Amino acid sequence: MVEITVTGLDAKIVVGRGEDFRLDMELRIPPGRTVALLGPNGAGKTTAVMAIAGVIPIDGGHIRLGDHLLDDPRSEVLVPPERRNIGVVFQDYLLFPHLSVVDNVAFGLRSTGTGKSEARRAARLWMDHLEIGELAAARPADLSGGEAQRAAIARALVTEPRLLLLDEPLAALDVTIRAHLRRLLADHLDGFLGPRLLITHEPTEAFLLADEIHVLEDGRITQIGTPDDIRLRPRTRYIADLAGANLLTGWASGGTVVVSDFELHAADTQTEGPVLVTIHPRAISVHRRQPEGSARNTWPTTIKRLEHYGDRVRLQTDLPIPLTAEITPGAARELSLEQGGEIWLSMKATEISLGAA
Amino acid sequence: MSDGTASRRRGTRRPPILLVMLGGFGLLFLLIPLMGLLGEVAWSDLPELLGRPVVVDAMRLSLLSSVAATLLAAVIGVPLAWLLAKVDFPGRSLVRGLVLLPLVLPPVVGGAALLFALGRRGVVGGPLHDLTGLVLPFSIWGVVIAATFVSMPFLVITVEGALTALDDRYEWAGATLGAGRWTVLRRVTLPLIAPSLGAGLILTWARALGEFGATITFAGNLQGRTQTLPLAVFVALESDRAIAVALSLLMVLVALAVLILLRNRWLRSL
Repeated sequence: MVEITVTGLDAKIVVGRGEDFRLDMELRIPPGRTVALLGPNGAGKTTAVMAIAGVIPIDGGHIRLGDHLLDDPRSEVLVPPERRNIGVVFQDYLLFPHLSVVDNVAFGLRSTGTGKSEARRAARLWMDHLEIGELAAARPADLSGGEAQRAAIARALVTEPRLLLLDEPLAALDVTIRAHLRRLLADHLDGFLGPRLLITHEPTEAFLLADEIHVLEDGRITQIGTPDDIRLRPRTRYIADLAGANLLTGWASGGTVVVSDFELHAADTQTEGPVLVTIHPRAISVHRRQPEGSARNTWPTTIKRLEHYGDRVRLQTDLPIPLTAEITPGAARELSLEQGGEIWLSMKATEISLGAA
Repeated sequence: MSDGTASRRRGTRRPPILLVMLGGFGLLFLLIPLMGLLGEVAWSDLPELLGRPVVVDAMRLSLLSSVAATLLAAVIGVPLAWLLAKVDFPGRSLVRGLVLLPLVLPPVVGGAALLFALGRRGVVGGPLHDLTGLVLPFSIWGVVIAATFVSMPFLVITVEGALTALDDRYEWAGATLGAGRWTVLRRVTLPLIAPSLGAGLILTWARALGEFGATITFAGNLQGRTQTLPLAVFVALESDRAIAVALSLLMVLVALAVLILLRNRWLRSL
């Protein structure tokens, strides 16, 4: 395979979209790193994708990929999308329905002047690599969601792009296969040497696939950090609500989940093996003394941090399982909670949700 | 209450008798002329009639000019449709209206307008004649131009509709893969709208084949040079009814073939 020049993305994107919306964000991604742009619908994620891909020009700022200036309104530089060399995996993949899968994958090479047979040969190499080699002659309409995703990744990678841009790559998939494909996607991302940008509204995807998360809300970046930073120290209500869920990895067997040597009881007795455990901060009850009740999971711990967010109080607890719990300020006062204080936590088995890891 | 539910479940509400009668007359109104035509056909003489020079000339000329008009409409009409669908230029709605004008304009008026513009003393035809010696009216060029003028709107509106309905993101996908605008048009856009493009071309061709008013006004009625099938039918009605009937039958068959080709597009929605 040809040597790929490994360079990073450096962008300041300012786009005014009508009077009521303005995207103004900075983004730097070094080679070999995955940055997730996480935000709710309407936050400007798609606008950012279009600006970086070159479909819309930016009104201010700059987009630079390594030594190449792609867009800079001040110096009137605007490289069209076909000369940016950015691989895009679109939401719902957008495979060309009139072409076979191999011709879809070969499209980029054919468009840039490579002969038909040589382009197909290169396409087949990538398809074999992504284990869809036997689907060469199939039509996109006949592919499963996972196969279409891999075909779209192969199509984007075959041109050896300098940046890989994934726009909601898992959103079109059935929930039951999402976890499996997320793991495959993680492998494919690791194999790509350039910078990677993942656009998503799904915190789990961002946490599991990205090295760094940029949270985009209403056209602005509200927080930048590692997945742990974002999860444990959310800076806005949106992140606290959306991304603040406790996400743990463990091993499930017949309703018992072992998380860092501690046993949790889950209502779900079906899921077996490695699991992602999600516990919402509001599902955790905080007590001064050992509680007696229906909750199957109780344990003593200490408060590591205590933070006020308007009408909520978030507390981080210490071992055996570091968790984030959320209670009202009134409850925090009544329990006279303070940093370093000793408490009991409890949660019902029904509040512990398991997903395949 | 229970009666009402029962009759609704049986679903036997009859349509109003007046509508059935009027609708039936409507259907007969469309079918009776065809039956009249079929009744006139001298089936045994048909091969001989269709072999007459006047018929062969008209068929050859009609085929040639209608195909040429369709190609010309494709070369200039598809780009026009693309501009209307994709480029937001000032006065776009006005241009869209103008494109439809030949559809509603009486063809004779269209032919007269072509004559004033492209005739030997016309605003465009005059300089063209002085420069190249080319005379458009009363030539096969005139036949092609008249047919293109009246038929191109069918292609433009069909293709424009398809382009507007097309998901732009397919074209973006092509562009991010390194395809320039021409490559995207050729390898993404046109293949994706191929069904509509095909339907538009068939409609355009059928309209060009049937063109009468603009042709006779702009190109005249010279056997072997500008006399197309519809003109030959018109002339034969005065001189030789059997030939007129044979030619009409031929054109009915062509029209049926067009309907069969377009059945997936139209009949399914009926």
